[in-house]
Amino acid sequence: MDRLGERRNYNEVLDLSSGDLHRGGIKPITFVRQVLAACFYPALLEDDSLPLDVKQRAESLLRECDGGSIGSYTESSGIAKIKHCVSQFITRRDGGVPSSPDNIFIKSGSQTALMIMLKLLISGKDLCQTGVLIPVPTYASFTLALEEQGAAIIPYHLCEEQGWTLQVEELRKALHTGRKTCNPVALYICNPGNPTGHIQSRKSIEEVIRFAAEERLFILADEVYQSCVYGDDTEFYSYKKVLSEMGSTICSTVELASFNSVSKGFMGECGLRGGYMELVNLDPAVKEYASRLFSTRSCPPVVGQIALDLMAGPPKPGDPSFPTFSEEVQAIKNTICKNTGRIQEVFAELPGISCQPLKAGFFVFPCLHFSLKAIQWAKKRQMEPDMLYCLRLLEETGLHVRPGCEYGQRKDSHHIRLFVATQENIMEDALQRLKTFHTPFMKEFS
Amino acid sequence: ASHEILNYMMHTLPLRGKVLTVDTMNANVKKVDYAVRGPIVQRAVQIEKELKEGVKKPFEEVIKANIGDAHAMGQRPITFFRQVMALCTYPQLLDDNKFPEDAKNRARRILQSCGGNSIGAYTTSQGIDCVRHDVANYIQRRDGGIPSDPDNIYLTTGASDGIVTILKLLTAGEGRTRTGVMISIPQYPLYSASIAELGAVQINYYLNEEKCWSLDISELQRSLHAAREHCNPRVLCIINPGNPTGQVQSRQCIEDVIRFAAKENLFLMADEVYQDNVYAEGCEFHSFKKVLFEMGPEYSSKVELASFHSTSKCYMGECGFRGGYMEVINMDPEVKAQLTKLVSVRLCPPAPGQALMDLVVNSPQPGEPSYQTFMKERTAVLSALAEKAKLTEEILNTVPGISCNPVQGAMYSFPRITLPERAINEAKAKGQAPDMFYCMKLLEETGICLVPGSGFGQREGTYHFRMTILPPTDKLKIMLNKLKEFHQKFTQQYS
Repeated sequence: MDRLGERRNYNEVLDLSSGDLHRGGIKPITFVRQVLAACFYPALLEDDSLPLDVKQRAESLLRECDGGSIGSYTESSGIAKIKHCVSQFITRRDGGVPSSPDNIFIKSGSQTALMIMLKLLISGKDLCQTGVLIPVPTYASFTLALEEQGAAIIPYHLCEEQGWTLQVEELRKALHTGRKTCNPVALYICNPGNPTGHIQSRKSIEEVIRFAAEERLFILADEVYQSCVYGDDTEFYSYKKVLSEMGSTICSTVELASFNSVSKGFMGECGLRGGYMELVNLDPAVKEYASRLFSTRSCPPVVGQIALDLMAGPPKPGDPSFPTFSEEVQAIKNTICKNTGRIQEVFAELPGISCQPLKAGFFVFPCLHFSLKAIQWAKKRQMEPDMLYCLRLLEETGLHVRPGCEYGQRKDSHHIRLFVATQENIMEDALQRLKTFHTPFMKEFS
Repeated sequence: ASHEILNYMMHTLPLRGKVLTVDTMNANVKKVDYAVRGPIVQRAVQIEKELKEGVKKPFEEVIKANIGDAHAMGQRPITFFRQVMALCTYPQLLDDNKFPEDAKNRARRILQSCGGNSIGAYTTSQGIDCVRHDVANYIQRRDGGIPSDPDNIYLTTGASDGIVTILKLLTAGEGRTRTGVMISIPQYPLYSASIAELGAVQINYYLNEEKCWSLDISELQRSLHAAREHCNPRVLCIINPGNPTGQVQSRQCIEDVIRFAAKENLFLMADEVYQDNVYAEGCEFHSFKKVLFEMGPEYSSKVELASFHSTSKCYMGECGFRGGYMEVINMDPEVKAQLTKLVSVRLCPPAPGQALMDLVVNSPQPGEPSYQTFMKERTAVLSALAEKAKLTEEILNTVPGISCNPVQGAMYSFPRITLPERAINEAKAKGQAPDMFYCMKLLEETGICLVPGSGFGQREGTYHFRMTILPPTDKLKIMLNKLKEFHQKFTQQYS
């Protein structure tokens, strides 16, 4: 770029491009790290420094490991006791809807679990090529995964004006178009959404399930942001729960795979690679093959499995670690709330940038209203306007965010994606940098 | 139009049918088998449950000698490694004076290269920078100074992840141009399973049992020539030290393989996860990379090679960490860019596995506080394995009807068993491979869980089993003697 070599007016790059809690300055949960440390190095169990519940949890987890070591292989679908803990977590979350450990498969992150499902679902070429309906916008590595598996991608647009809602009419339209060129088999939903932060109402989920039942689609419900909900009057409903309450024909026939992980939420343990999928109404013969596929990858990382156990079964009131634990979780929630408040304040003052209400998830996906002049300038450089915006933003202020063109968006609309779960001072710094860049930029092209 | 009719038919199938059935599923998945965790292990797990419930059996415990899991069999983790991992995970411990300084320094260094100084942050898809640098340095030291570029190092989720990724990259074509992958028979069934899953063509080359499982170039040639009739052979996989056979290839053999790959334009995949597990007199590990470069630029600038290593074997035995790396040599830059893109799909390998890999390649040095304990532990593990390798070969060779090649390296014995005609017939009548029949009976009567040779591949009409040498020496002796008794009884019963 033509500014190379010039003195920069910032000291370091501020990276708000990826959904990484710890990179954003948020500290890991103490209880989680203490249990993991004791599992790595059981000599710590003799230490006075660790609370009793930490030691008990570490001991009980180590008992489930062959040879009492987290270095041993485990069952391919995960340690039985941990799958049990996860199934109990799901049942509690869903107000009593039963969950069986036999339908739980632990994997190294939700992405990997999702890819195993895709591997089972996807085959064929030309008209028989498996089609998967995916939302626009959607995060980039998922699109890449679909391409890698040889799926035909059938996009359905989320409705930005209504807060990025999912509209069944749009699904129907997309499906109809898709059927002309491929064999649509699966419907992928991300709820809460990435990058949009939209969270579906119960009614919306019912409509989608009914649509999937009518059109015979396998539902892939990516729910990794389920514990990041902060909007007022906003609640997360799992696809499993809503499905279970929809009458005997639908609830016993619609095939569903739900995904969750330790990478998001208050844990933010992306690097540990712990995730699971729960299968509902899967053909038992297919489940057998899924198990076999899993077994060829030996087993998920044990540390990730332990993190899942801690996520699914955190400290309870009365446990020695509970006070610190609940303080830390609350602090993270407060931080995100403050950040989303600040973001809305700052955006309200800036011209040419607007944002749907922030309800859930880790990101904000504001719309940039570029002038014709700006769009033409970008066209001349053979780049998307929002990509060019992000490049200049990075060059001039050191703030790194991602452009909407990487996620898909309606033609002639432009966005950026900002991570919101960072330390408050980092968020403030980011917003200042954005402010100092944005107004002059918009003026330049007015 | 016909596609409308097809779609109509597909969508008006009776509602009883699910969307995802064995018939609508990706057909390649049906061919996937992984004997190491197959039906015999499932039965073993069932028996363990029954024992727990108090069901009476002719034995008190199931001995899982089917899987290369050292810690499960009582091997202790290396203290230094676990200390550093604890420090990385809970950095408060850096203030604890019970931890040695060299462990703390390693932890600090690793944490500094992690986002937010946390091992819970995503890493770059190719792996933490400083770890890749340390891996490159390790390779360079190991290979007598031959340079290694960190940019050619990819950290992986165990070696399996790297192996499957490279196979995926290489699999292309259709029908007669479909990628053929040459793999040894016997082989570690990850290869056959992945080849099936990817829809590539498996090309078998037989190792020579009479010559201690050595590799004959003439056999490679024969197999390649035959394969060219029906596919496009592009890859040659070699496991050294071998799994399940334990053979350690001579330097000459490795040179011959490289020469063969160069001549026949094959991409070499060298699975070297057992590189520290070498026991037999006169045997030495030679890395494919080292030999390649010592053969001069005619080969070293041309032959495409991927070498694999992991934290699961050797003296570490840290299977559950899923740590590993691969080094790619002479890969076409455009293909390498695709590889980098491919690995980004799964985001990143587990950070603890990456950290552990760093410690393996950057272990305590003479003069450092942890050095003595580290060396003591490492030596103890490797010498115990060497002892057990010898013991296994000796005892098994005293059994009439069992013949065991020297266990030169790795973690397994793969003895040949002679089965009576009647047993073979009974097995076949049951629809079972004869060595599966044998192993199932062994499991039911003694609690010993092994993997039948049919799970790894073997010459037609021969039978084997794979048994790990990992149980503690005392238990191993008991196990081998029980096996001896069983075999004699079995032979008599079916004579």
